[in-house]
Amino acid sequence: MRPSRTSLLCKLVACTAVAATAFIGCDKKKEAPAEPAKPQAFKVAFAYVGPVGDGGWTFAHDNARKALEKELGDKIQTTFVEKVPEGADAERVFRDLASQGNTLIFGTTFGYMEPMLKAAADLKNVKFEHATGYKTAENLRTYDSRTYEGAYMAGVLAGGMTKTNTLGVVGSIPIPEVIRNINSFTLGAQSVNPRIKTKVVWVNAWFDPPKETEAAQSLLNQGVDVLMQNTDSSAVLQAAEKAGKYGIGWDSDMHAYGPKAHLASAVANWAPYYIKATKDAMEGKWTTGKAWWGVKEGAIDLVSISDKVPADLKAKVEKVKAGLKDGSHVIWQGPIQDNTGKEVLAKGKVADDEWLGGIKFFVKGVDAKVPGGK
Amino acid sequence: MESWALQAAATLNAGTVLALAGLGLLINERAGIVNLGAEGIMLMAAFAGFATGVHTGSDLMGFLAGGAMGAVLAATLGYLVIWLNANQYATGLALSLFGSGFSAFAGIKYTQEKLGPRPHFEIPGLSKIPFLGTALFKQHPMVYLAIALAVVIAWFLYRSRSGLVLRAIGENPESAHALGYPVRRIRLAAVVTGGALCGLAGAYLSVIYTPLWVEGMVSGKGWIALALTTFATWRPGRILLGAYLFGGVTMLQFHLQGQGVQIPSQFLTMLPYLATIAVLVLISRNPAWIRANMPASLGKAFFPEG
Amino acid sequence: MFKLEARPQPSRLMSCASPLIALAITVLIGVCLFIWLGKDPVKGLEIFFVEPLKNAQAISELAVKAVPLLLIALGLAVCVRANVWNIGAEGQYLLGAVAASWVAMQAGPGTGRWIVVAILLAGVIGGAIWSGIVAFLKDRFNANEILVSLMLVYVGQQLLDFLVYGPWKDPDGYNFPQTITFLSVTKIPRLMVGYRANIGVIIAIVAVAALWVFLFRTYRGFQLQVGGMAPAAARYAGFSSRSALWIGLLISGGMAGLAGALEVAGPMGQLTPYLSVGYGFAAIIVAFVGRLHPVGIVFSSLLMSLFYIGGELAQSRLGLPKAMTSVFQGLLLFTLLGCDTLILNRLRWIGVGKPKHSEEA
Repeated sequence: MRPSRTSLLCKLVACTAVAATAFIGCDKKKEAPAEPAKPQAFKVAFAYVGPVGDGGWTFAHDNARKALEKELGDKIQTTFVEKVPEGADAERVFRDLASQGNTLIFGTTFGYMEPMLKAAADLKNVKFEHATGYKTAENLRTYDSRTYEGAYMAGVLAGGMTKTNTLGVVGSIPIPEVIRNINSFTLGAQSVNPRIKTKVVWVNAWFDPPKETEAAQSLLNQGVDVLMQNTDSSAVLQAAEKAGKYGIGWDSDMHAYGPKAHLASAVANWAPYYIKATKDAMEGKWTTGKAWWGVKEGAIDLVSISDKVPADLKAKVEKVKAGLKDGSHVIWQGPIQDNTGKEVLAKGKVADDEWLGGIKFFVKGVDAKVPGGK
Repeated sequence: MESWALQAAATLNAGTVLALAGLGLLINERAGIVNLGAEGIMLMAAFAGFATGVHTGSDLMGFLAGGAMGAVLAATLGYLVIWLNANQYATGLALSLFGSGFSAFAGIKYTQEKLGPRPHFEIPGLSKIPFLGTALFKQHPMVYLAIALAVVIAWFLYRSRSGLVLRAIGENPESAHALGYPVRRIRLAAVVTGGALCGLAGAYLSVIYTPLWVEGMVSGKGWIALALTTFATWRPGRILLGAYLFGGVTMLQFHLQGQGVQIPSQFLTMLPYLATIAVLVLISRNPAWIRANMPASLGKAFFPEG
Repeated sequence: MFKLEARPQPSRLMSCASPLIALAITVLIGVCLFIWLGKDPVKGLEIFFVEPLKNAQAISELAVKAVPLLLIALGLAVCVRANVWNIGAEGQYLLGAVAASWVAMQAGPGTGRWIVVAILLAGVIGGAIWSGIVAFLKDRFNANEILVSLMLVYVGQQLLDFLVYGPWKDPDGYNFPQTITFLSVTKIPRLMVGYRANIGVIIAIVAVAALWVFLFRTYRGFQLQVGGMAPAAARYAGFSSRSALWIGLLISGGMAGLAGALEVAGPMGQLTPYLSVGYGFAAIIVAFVGRLHPVGIVFSSLLMSLFYIGGELAQSRLGLPKAMTSVFQGLLLFTLLGCDTLILNRLRWIGVGKPKHSEEA
């Protein structure tokens, strides 16, 4: 076709037509009887990075959102947007959610840190809650789960069940959170079996099922007989199931995906925090800060422990869990050495949250180097 | 030693997804059609295969559903491109976009589903051979089927009359038309067959390989398969080798990581694409080579008069 | 039965009407989808087509979304008109952002606002280098530009990943794969305080006008299109398809790179692996829906952005899954490509009975 003025004209016609359709839509809407609005429901919104059906991270957050709705019933109204990219789009979503009257907004991935900061700076009357970040503002606080406690408990099981003394972890991205989980998993295993070695493979993604499968397969091929993953799908567990080895569920209860391989699932339950944060905001008690919840607050648990696990090992795990709950068991207590033999935590010293938040080394027994580390 | 045998076995398995899709795209491209919709087709087929597997409990039905889904989508593409003369690249991209969206949309309730216990195969006798048994003879039948398909397609293209016609159409649709061949219908048949194979690859991914369904789970395998057909200079045998090579690169990357060797994984990941560009440049620089390899009408529309 | 038969001349009316028919069909299917999902279709359409335009803030956000699509699609239109198939705009967009980020990271306390110009230039150059590779390999070795440009998308993404996971990683960023947040002096100036739309909007409008003039009012533009469409005839007339190749690819690469620079130094403010949301591929669709015409592309990029934003809003307001966006976008292009047949052909009633397969004879 040859473009010409006529086609330009047609464009205008096109545009008008679109607008017209839209306005017809508008008018019809006005005729419709307005829905009776619920009296002043407190509006809470969530922005998720993945699809709600990912079966892992986002799924766990969405389950918590449902639990929140169930807990507070009519008093609140929740909204979510899934698959919000961690780029320029996120800020728009936060602003739009705020413009919809949501006064408490949760952003459930690290990548929303800058967009949430920007939105929070302009929208002072909205409270923002950012998962796994490290920057806060007057109306932006951060929250996280002590996933490493779940990893540690899973490690206890793995250490007791392995026959090759070699564990494997499929890692996503080498950030402190994931490195801490790998370390805690190893420490847990070493607490019952000092000869444990952990192999690590990075897929550089949170979610890539074929790649997770391949990474898991590669670990199995290298003599690993218990797998854990810090990625979002059940692919790694299914790889263990297929190979007749053991695996651990992560984020949500994955028992059903690998009934034979599944030793237990280290689950993150975000509901207690969401309920507390919402109540804080509703009652005007909300203040900025950093929340980091674990077994003690009911945010982390090890569930669906397999029947294959011998009773004494199971008892050990239960004891650890009880200890984490009442604070008598401390995971990160010296002496702890890194895998080059350097002492990173002196005998008797207990790591504080800031120290834990900046972990950039592997503990003794992890047979790998931190990518990009020294 | 055993670990290398297992590694080889995993490589074969990883390569099978790429080989199936690559062979499908090869048939498309031999007929002159570039199918940029491969990723979308694989996603739709992965979903269809998984859902069927869940409902019927049969992997075979899952594969059939995946293949059928691939064929139907490819037929849509084929009709638009071959009869309605729509642009191949834009149509393919639209298919990819639509496929990823629609599979996510329709598949949402299947992400919590799971298939029954996954079957385990080994070839009696052969699987007992040390090293080779582990490396080669404990695979899912689809792995062998992919190899057989490569042989059949090679035979078809180079030894059968219909294969000759197909290649002739890919080279020069106008003269094939002049000779009285139904160029459009043959092209459509090629596109549908190719789509079915891409579909099979998608179904294998969700039913056997991972085995799960989640939206976006093909994660770019369709695009690698597109690279593969070029890398293999449109030869079935080379597709097979290339698929194992590309699959091997990923496995090698993880193996090295597990051994504690540090190389930025990004460079290994980009290797297949760079290799494809290199092959393309090598065969393109010499007019005789490019004529011997690349279907001359690739990506070009065919418009019969009258 | 209807039979499709060739028109004696391409229909001008249909070439304008076809996008409208396609849009209408897409909307119709959308209505069916809404009903099937148990949602009020009127409300659904309102969210897709009215809500994203309801106030200045919403329009500003629409512009933020549309500008990169528009810029990339404009470049691609030149390319396609020169009969060069660049489907790797995504990679050129990424490389433009990488180059722009490098400049932005050089900024220090004493740097002046001029650096914004340098950032945008770096984006253009980065994108043009990436597409220049395609042009070079095609020109020198005759390597198929479609395949090369597509492969380079993945090479580009890995290169970006390597940089943010490695040398460019923010040393204080807890090992997260991202660069430092750029200093505020590097920020692309915004049009108005409180709105995210930036001077990218003006650049895009200028680009639309410039492209229109180039394509339809300059000899060079005419030459480019002839050189691409009919190489033999062009050679006869002294035009070269080689220069069409280079101009087409460099312009489209540069435009994609510019879009990348505007994005990374504008709403993003730092380089992360998640920079790409598929603008490069979506822009191909935008260019086609816009009939490869600068003004048409303005509308199609806005329409495409409506789908993006509408998908989001439909989720937060109606609880519809986000995948609606790509379903709509894919459908629109499908139907458009189908309707386009009516430009060159017309439907004719040929009575009841078996149609003759005349076209196969």
